[in-house]
Amino acid sequence: MALVGQLGAGKTHLARAIAEGLGIADSRAVTSPTFVLVQEYAARLPIYHFDAYRLHTQAEFADLGVHEYFESGGVCLVEWADRVPDCLPAEHLRIALYIAGETSRRAEITAIGSAYERLVERGE
Amino acid sequence: MPNILAIETSCDETAAAVFTDEPRILSNVVASQTELHARFGGVVPEVAARAHLQRLLPIVDEALARANLRLEDIGCIAVHNTPGLVGALLVGVSAAKVLALVLDVPLIAVNHIESHIYAARLAAERDIFPCVGLVVSGGHTVLFHCRDALRFDLLGGTLDDAAGEAFDKVASLLGLGFPGGPAVEREAAGGQADAVKLPRSFLHDERLDFSFSGLKTAVLYALAGQSQPRPEPPPPSQRRADLAASFQKAVVDVLVAKSSQALRRTGLKRLAVGGGVAANGCLRSALEAMARDEGAELFIPPLSLCTDNAAMAAVAVEKWRRNEWASLALDAVPSWTPSPAT
Repeated sequence: MALVGQLGAGKTHLARAIAEGLGIADSRAVTSPTFVLVQEYAARLPIYHFDAYRLHTQAEFADLGVHEYFESGGVCLVEWADRVPDCLPAEHLRIALYIAGETSRRAEITAIGSAYERLVERGE
Repeated sequence: MPNILAIETSCDETAAAVFTDEPRILSNVVASQTELHARFGGVVPEVAARAHLQRLLPIVDEALARANLRLEDIGCIAVHNTPGLVGALLVGVSAAKVLALVLDVPLIAVNHIESHIYAARLAAERDIFPCVGLVVSGGHTVLFHCRDALRFDLLGGTLDDAAGEAFDKVASLLGLGFPGGPAVEREAAGGQADAVKLPRSFLHDERLDFSFSGLKTAVLYALAGQSQPRPEPPPPSQRRADLAASFQKAVVDVLVAKSSQALRRTGLKRLAVGGGVAANGCLRSALEAMARDEGAELFIPPLSLCTDNAAMAAVAVEKWRRNEWASLALDAVPSWTPSPAT
């Protein structure tokens, strides 16, 4: 899942909500991964929470071994995914967050690839 | 006690240090703070385990040379194995295990966060435990009841962004440079700290947790208004300085208030502070004033021991005294959840 949006758009907040949806025991474990670049959480499926904010090149993101994570069968959440477009899997879900007001956000969900197109069409 | 060689690769910095009993630091080398960059053609990626791989051995050599020692003079290896970026940690952990194996010396695993508090112990040159410990950096904002150098109970921590991360991101919003901490502090010097009203999360709550994400977003709103997607161009200079000063004050107010609450709750009269944000002058003077009011002693190490380094791993000396060795099966553990205070 590619999470896109400016500073303060609510990407980490959305990641926490997704982790709650996946049954994480204590969602306070979900913090911004900006500094550590990737955090893992145990939930119904393992969650890998990435952040490309402070990377300078896409190669640095690839160096984290992201492709192994993407193939691992867990749920991968990538904040600032728009900074590493070449590293994203061919098929993924893109969620762009926009600030609509001080306490409201607009989300734009885009399916990339046929599997996700079917998901979005079914409204799942 | 032998000479201990310590290795730190938990995040961006590649660092090595040599120390011995008391503890006494014989050398302390951090890659980004040395002229070693030139040896790699000047190209040093900020992150990526590969950079640690390239830098680690020259850094270890440098640490030995500055201590006037050879590898054979080392009688123990210490390494930060948690918390941090797993790939980065693995480089240091693997190197430490190989060194321990080939030198046939014991290995000690050290917790990077415990080391940040121990840096204050190093600078104080006397015992500081038990104390309240505040670690405030780019990756951590956390309060502990430190019963001794190795037994920490969690009092509270950030629920979203670390304080140092908030500094970096607000610096970016304001069009200031990187790293954000010093950039915001410089800018704030020309501003009014009460110019912009900004939130202080949990300030009057019992809980000792932090939240800086809303503060960051409030700076964005103050800067751009909620209708604009991005604050371009940068704000006029006085407005920018006022925002920087108001933001810095909001962070400092919360860190100081929660530290003070922690002192009262634990009944302790000592506060140890570590991590890169502890270099902030505004935070230091506010903590000093609070400690005076509370009748508490304040321990903050100099800048070189606040930011990531390997000398602070001298907490390994305490582990040596307790015979707490690591096996060669030692693993890198990216996340660390301390047990809460009871």
